[in-house]
Amino acid sequence: MTIADQVTGSTIAGTANPAETKPRAAAPAISLPAIGERELRLDLFRGLALWLIFIDHLPTSLLTWFTIRNYGFSDATEIFIFISGYTAAFVYGRAMLESGVVIATARIMRRVWQIYVAHVFLFTIFLAEISYVATSFENPLYTEEMGIMDFLKQPDVTIVQALLLRFRPVNMDVLPLYIVLMLALPVILWSMKWKPDVTLGLSVVLYAVTWEYDLYFSAYPNGFWAFNPLAWQLLFVFGAWCALGGARRMSRILASPVTMWIAIAYIMAAFYVTLTWYLPQLSHLMPKRLEQWMYPIDKTDLDVLRFTHFLALAALTVRFLPRDWPGLKSPWLRPLILCGQHSLEIFCLGVFLAFAGHFILAEISGGAAMHALISLSGILVMWGVAWVISWYKRVADKSGAKTKNAVGNADLAGGG
Amino acid sequence: MKAKVLLSLILLCGNLAAPSARADDAAPAAPAAPAAPAVPPACELPSYLLSSESQLPKVADAVKAGKPLEILVIGSRSTTIPASEDASYPARMQAILKDKLPPSEAVHVSVEIQSKRTAEEAATTFVKLMEAKKPTLVIWQTGTVDAIRAIDPGDFRGAVTEGVAALQNAGADVVLMNLQYSPRTETMISVPPYLDNMRVVAQEHDIPLFDRFAIMRQWNDQGQFDLFSPSRGPELAKQVHDCLGRALAQFVFDAAHLGPAQQQN
Repeated sequence: MTIADQVTGSTIAGTANPAETKPRAAAPAISLPAIGERELRLDLFRGLALWLIFIDHLPTSLLTWFTIRNYGFSDATEIFIFISGYTAAFVYGRAMLESGVVIATARIMRRVWQIYVAHVFLFTIFLAEISYVATSFENPLYTEEMGIMDFLKQPDVTIVQALLLRFRPVNMDVLPLYIVLMLALPVILWSMKWKPDVTLGLSVVLYAVTWEYDLYFSAYPNGFWAFNPLAWQLLFVFGAWCALGGARRMSRILASPVTMWIAIAYIMAAFYVTLTWYLPQLSHLMPKRLEQWMYPIDKTDLDVLRFTHFLALAALTVRFLPRDWPGLKSPWLRPLILCGQHSLEIFCLGVFLAFAGHFILAEISGGAAMHALISLSGILVMWGVAWVISWYKRVADKSGAKTKNAVGNADLAGGG
Repeated sequence: MKAKVLLSLILLCGNLAAPSARADDAAPAAPAAPAAPAVPPACELPSYLLSSESQLPKVADAVKAGKPLEILVIGSRSTTIPASEDASYPARMQAILKDKLPPSEAVHVSVEIQSKRTAEEAATTFVKLMEAKKPTLVIWQTGTVDAIRAIDPGDFRGAVTEGVAALQNAGADVVLMNLQYSPRTETMISVPPYLDNMRVVAQEHDIPLFDRFAIMRQWNDQGQFDLFSPSRGPELAKQVHDCLGRALAQFVFDAAHLGPAQQQN
């Protein structure tokens, strides 16, 4: 969320820890927030986004009612991409100022490679799952749906297309989007270093052009990418812009009560609209003209309604959840924050667990109780693994020098 | 302090939504017309899944005038059950409609299978098809092939819009029917964009949408049918199609306002 905000302005003095700050801070063309304590709100909300994405990937259940997509236009993906843009700009922007464009680009490319490998790993699991279903499931009710197995007939083509990121099964769309955005990051940062506002402006222009001329990334065997990077880059670049000082400049706007009330009104309106999806009895209260103008609310191209809904949520979050909120240190939020701190690993784990959850639900029809159990144990597993990873970082991999990780840390840079 | 305000706001939203959702689930089956045959418990559905604001004026006129009711189902492989045509939902719908309507009313349902064709490919055949069959009502079931092939949802919407226009221009009432709920392939086929776009087209053209997806999911969630079942036998398919046929007959009956009043005429 727009977690940047007043944060940087108000807390630098208090939290900047000289021991952690690299001595040769260049005089920047863009202002970077001081490196201090980790911005726990970023971790918190990214962790939350990861949990919500996991729950949304499972079949609908009672828990699904707790995910934000049921209460408005935007969902966890928006949070995730925004925070990824924010943290990536924060970490690699600093690297670019301190070590130059080449080094920063090299580091970004290493990260891109990690995300790519993670994607291929997930694809392998998907392949195993779909092959299993193809060989064991022959319900005559679904002969038509089994047409999806046709691609198993030409694994050579399919696998190569998957490696080219053109064949992406359902639920595996976020990592390719993230890879493309990270590939563009050196250019984005380089341009931000020059003029952040112009960069954001260019991003808006690209977004508008994408909508106007219907640009898209093609996919295999046909169709297009489910998350169009040409549109979603807006959220990523906006996150980067916030991280590099934009948020601080917006702090006055964010603090104004007018903004707050607009945001509240918009969120309530969006909530009402969403309600009509679940309670069709209400839908006759919706003006037909409004419906025609509004629908469909396009996720592929990041509909303006979704983007503004995210902005409204972010504005409220930043207002009501200050950076130094003591609750961030509470043990109750610890699991979320831990997950948010190892986002790439936990994201992949979440996709895997969703596959596994589907599998278990299919094999053991345990009904709602089983469903809830799977969701909860999935979240517990995510928490446990996040804990183990941080234990590795803290204890097992202890190489002496870098115990506190703020600089150039790939986790902070935001995993897929 | 402020955080608490936000939290309570969220909880409030949750509370607002939760009871209404439950109210939905608890809603009993549609208030069936008294003359209609009893609905088997397995087929029960909340009434909102069987109601539509849009109407079927031509069907209503045909029944009022005592003309035969010619219904054409344009579908795909999921319209039928392999080797059990008589148990498929179009055949069941015909049987139920005959029961519901006065004995003098002739009802004939024909089926046109567009196997492995997208909405766009299917729509190209409509003009000729309508000339040959001249139906009063067309039930167009589509979307599955488009979802499997991941056709651009915008293109899909355009194709459905054109198809519906072609059917209406040929002088028929149109009902759109969306995809099956298929939990086993949920991780492999992305269905929501196609459901959404069919809903939009139905809204734009003011035609009834038979929400097969939501109906089947309701049955699965309520435990009436286990749609995860890997069973190779045709029993489950037959039962589901029987219920679909009943639901569809009820849906058409209600959308055309063929209530008891008309029956007495």
